[in-house]
Amino acid sequence: MSAPSAANLAARTESKSSRVSSELRILLEDVHLSFGGRPVYSGLNCGFPRGKISVLMGGSGSGKSTLLRLVAGLVRPDKGRILVADEDVTALSERELYRVRERIGMLFQHGALLDAMTIFDNVALPLREHTELSERDIAAEVSRRLAAVGLPDTELLMPRQLSGGMLRRAALARAIISDPEIVLCDEPFSGLDPVNVRRIEKLLVELNVRLGITLLVTSHHIPSSLRMADQITFLVNGEAVTGTPAELQKSTDKRVREFLDAERDDPSPGVDA
Amino acid sequence: MKLTALETLGFRTVNLVAHLGRMAAFIGAIAMQTVRPPWRVRRFVGEVFDVGVLSLAIVCLSGATVGAVLGLQGYTTLARFGAENSLGAVVGLSLVRELGPVLTALLVTGRAGSAMAAEIASMVTTEQLDGLRMMSIDPVDFVVKPKALAMLVSMPMLNALFICFALFGGYLVGVELLGVDGGTYVTSMENAITWEDDVAGTLLKSVIFGGLVGFIATYRGYTATPTSAGVSAATTGTVVVGSVTVLLFDYIITALWGV
Repeated sequence: MSAPSAANLAARTESKSSRVSSELRILLEDVHLSFGGRPVYSGLNCGFPRGKISVLMGGSGSGKSTLLRLVAGLVRPDKGRILVADEDVTALSERELYRVRERIGMLFQHGALLDAMTIFDNVALPLREHTELSERDIAAEVSRRLAAVGLPDTELLMPRQLSGGMLRRAALARAIISDPEIVLCDEPFSGLDPVNVRRIEKLLVELNVRLGITLLVTSHHIPSSLRMADQITFLVNGEAVTGTPAELQKSTDKRVREFLDAERDDPSPGVDA
Repeated sequence: MKLTALETLGFRTVNLVAHLGRMAAFIGAIAMQTVRPPWRVRRFVGEVFDVGVLSLAIVCLSGATVGAVLGLQGYTTLARFGAENSLGAVVGLSLVRELGPVLTALLVTGRAGSAMAAEIASMVTTEQLDGLRMMSIDPVDFVVKPKALAMLVSMPMLNALFICFALFGGYLVGVELLGVDGGTYVTSMENAITWEDDVAGTLLKSVIFGGLVGFIATYRGYTATPTSAGVSAATTGTVVVGSVTVLLFDYIITALWGV
């Protein structure tokens, strides 16, 4: 996968406002969820378009990561429907969910790499489990993906030997190695230096442009989100406020303005939770 | 909201039934994955190494010590009745029928069972099991099954080793230290222990204990609360519940089958 040119990326960013498709890949309808009696969502409705990059924003504890886990079927809602690639994940058994998850890749906030395996074995695991590829082909694919996330020559290291940011990039390589239709990324920029923020941002855009992968990304990183997103959804008090980056920048919604203005007041970019 | 005594009882009963149901479902899931490919031989062998090989030192050392103490205590007691020549039978029968399987199970619960529970619980805490689920890999198949089966397979082998080292410890003390005739010691042991009852019985006990400890350790780890306190609770819970369960089942097996 070669990198798209800067001009392509710029053009892509400029045309965002007109590109939000009405065809939804992920749809949440009247979702209710509470933990220990504390409501997280009370009738949440939102959708994320097919083949686009959607960024979920909101304050800490607003339920961004939980929304990803709901979409992945790792958490069941108390009430409501969640359609992922035309399947209602709330109605599926755990075994049936495995079939849906073969089409989804997920980057967890802390990587979730298996700490008893090398980076190579971690990234190779989905291919070994679900494909008939030879070990040589798997090795080539793993090296290619690790190089793409800026981690060449880390195959033989154990996860504990990597920094937090490197772990997350290795986890991203694992999430995308099967070329899933949908990739869920929980805070992919958290803890990364500016160079690697750009690298990961570019990689996510490439995945979307070249393979048409639907991306749902949670992030506190406003500059990256505004650059890469086709759609931004703010989660505020269990409700979703959705729009294109351009629309949200012009938004007069007090809750959205408060979030965006806080970033403007504090110009240090890349501050993640 | 204050619950009445009846409501509390109902709440607890429902919780207990739900808990038993989850345990049964967990056992069913392990059983189903055991008879279904992929067999995960490499992971199973790795787990046998962790449970079996890494427990060798503690099991062999404890076995030799227990055997030596048994030889000493047995000799002192038997000498009162002038029955020192039965030392081999007393040491052998106590070890094969009772002390071998029970003490091995308690030792393995403390060393390998707790480690197993802690490892799985920390995988829950760090979302590694969710990571597997997202790769459409069943954590019961990939993580739990090899560990539980390794415990089931390792326990009888460790039990056999424990007994061998304990018999040797008893021999050293009884024969070499206290002067019981070596031939008498071995012959009385040979005459007292039967393959059909005693040796088969000890194997049956250790297989059952292996299954129980494997289940308790993996279940405690798998259902741990994803916090550091949860990891701690899973570990201590495995040791406490595992040890009590081993002792309880030891009584039940002995009462039912006389082994």
